[in-house]
Amino acid sequence: MGNNGNVNRKKDMTLWEKLYFPEILHGMGITLRAFFRPKFTRQYPEERWVPPPVFRGRPVLVVEDETGVERCVACGLCARVCPSLAIQVQAAETELDKERYPELFEINMLRCIFCGFCEEVCPEEAIIMSKDYELNFSDPKEAIYGKDRLLTPASQLSDRLAFLKQYR
Amino acid sequence: MIALIALIKIIVVVLVILGTVAYLVLLERKVSAYMQDRIGPNRVGPKGLFQPFADILKLVLKEMIVPENANGFIHALAPVISITVALAALAVIPFGNYIVIGGQKISLMIANVNIGVLYILAMSSLGVYGITLSGWASNNKYSLLGGLRSSAQMISYELSLGLSIIGVLMIDGTLQLDKIVQAQGAWLWNIVFQPLGFLVFVTAAFAETNRLPFDLPEAEPELVGGYHTEYSGMRWGLFFLSEYTNMIVSSALIVTLYFGGWSLPYVNYTAMLPNMAALLQVVTFLAKTGIMIFVFMWVRWTLPRFRYDQLMNVGWKIMLPLAILNLLGTGAVMLALK
Repeated sequence: MGNNGNVNRKKDMTLWEKLYFPEILHGMGITLRAFFRPKFTRQYPEERWVPPPVFRGRPVLVVEDETGVERCVACGLCARVCPSLAIQVQAAETELDKERYPELFEINMLRCIFCGFCEEVCPEEAIIMSKDYELNFSDPKEAIYGKDRLLTPASQLSDRLAFLKQYR
Repeated sequence: MIALIALIKIIVVVLVILGTVAYLVLLERKVSAYMQDRIGPNRVGPKGLFQPFADILKLVLKEMIVPENANGFIHALAPVISITVALAALAVIPFGNYIVIGGQKISLMIANVNIGVLYILAMSSLGVYGITLSGWASNNKYSLLGGLRSSAQMISYELSLGLSIIGVLMIDGTLQLDKIVQAQGAWLWNIVFQPLGFLVFVTAAFAETNRLPFDLPEAEPELVGGYHTEYSGMRWGLFFLSEYTNMIVSSALIVTLYFGGWSLPYVNYTAMLPNMAALLQVVTFLAKTGIMIFVFMWVRWTLPRFRYDQLMNVGWKIMLPLAILNLLGTGAVMLALK
């Protein structure tokens, strides 16, 4: 009863195994050993995970440490390649060598899928993926990150920049 | 005077048990967590010690929902039956021998019934009413299945439970639980003479308390929540309470019948002051019961649930013959030694 023929059971059990009780004690030994093993739990708000450089977190705009100017030249490739249409760029002219800069740069983090295409396509290595994975909003408007929140000094992104230098 | 003493004993035991149950829930969560390489609740209070209060507050504040087509009266009655029966079984458990207050001996059990074992068996089999009625009154197929499974399971395991106790009764020659404890003495616990009976009794006790591996009436993966699917708030809390109270009763009974109750090897209670002896006895008894409760939890987080037909096979084709064998064996040995 109950066995419809598809169950593959170990047939050649020894008498000791068939007695069942010794095997229960064996199993209880296993759980007792687990009782004293080190635990895997991470106490989240106190203990935070720091991702390795491969991790693709929230995309940010790189600002050069020396000049304090963003690398972005507002070519719009990132906005073009973005599969979820999360990026909006408006270019304007500047007196600097790079001649163009983004007047407006917005990433809608409710749309972003962290694919990293923007980072891949960027000719200036100006938009890269950061390690920030703690994103929460109380309002959809809050999820639209403007330049004020996107600009990040290159010194804070050295891990990822080094990773890109090595693997791209 | 006698009534007053009995009342005080009842109040103390009920309050202690209900407090213990709250902490047993925390203990169970901690034990399960540790066996699964987790930490368990640790946010409410130091090391999570106030978690039971948060749990109870949550249960009290929740709405008690009665399904539209349920039988309201029986739906409300079933958890009350469960908890009443579970608590009533505690009446004959001897927590210690006696204390002396004002020159008067007061025995440390609520009622010294001379058929204590029978009383406990009766109470534990009444417990099935709570579960079956709740399953029926909920007007829900899962609840009903849970209730039916429960009654079938109880009937199959009650037999081996009763038969396995008879071995103990034959050796000690009494149904009074305190006399059974005294008859075992400090060393010669019944588990030494009745290892087979002990195994059968413990297995049947697991089935009686509806704990894994025999928690088929609940069986979350198959029956949603089994008999308490349609319960919420404090009514559900009562079922929870009675499950843990049953666990305490079963552990206490196992300790009383097979591990010498409050007796401790190498300790001569008669040489001590009566009240000191009583304190030590109560502590001993509670410690033994605590260990047994831990074993209950340990088994729960080790073994998977039986399939229903396996449950019935084990109950009728293995447990029952073993219990009868134990009974006959005990009788034969007693006759030979006579």
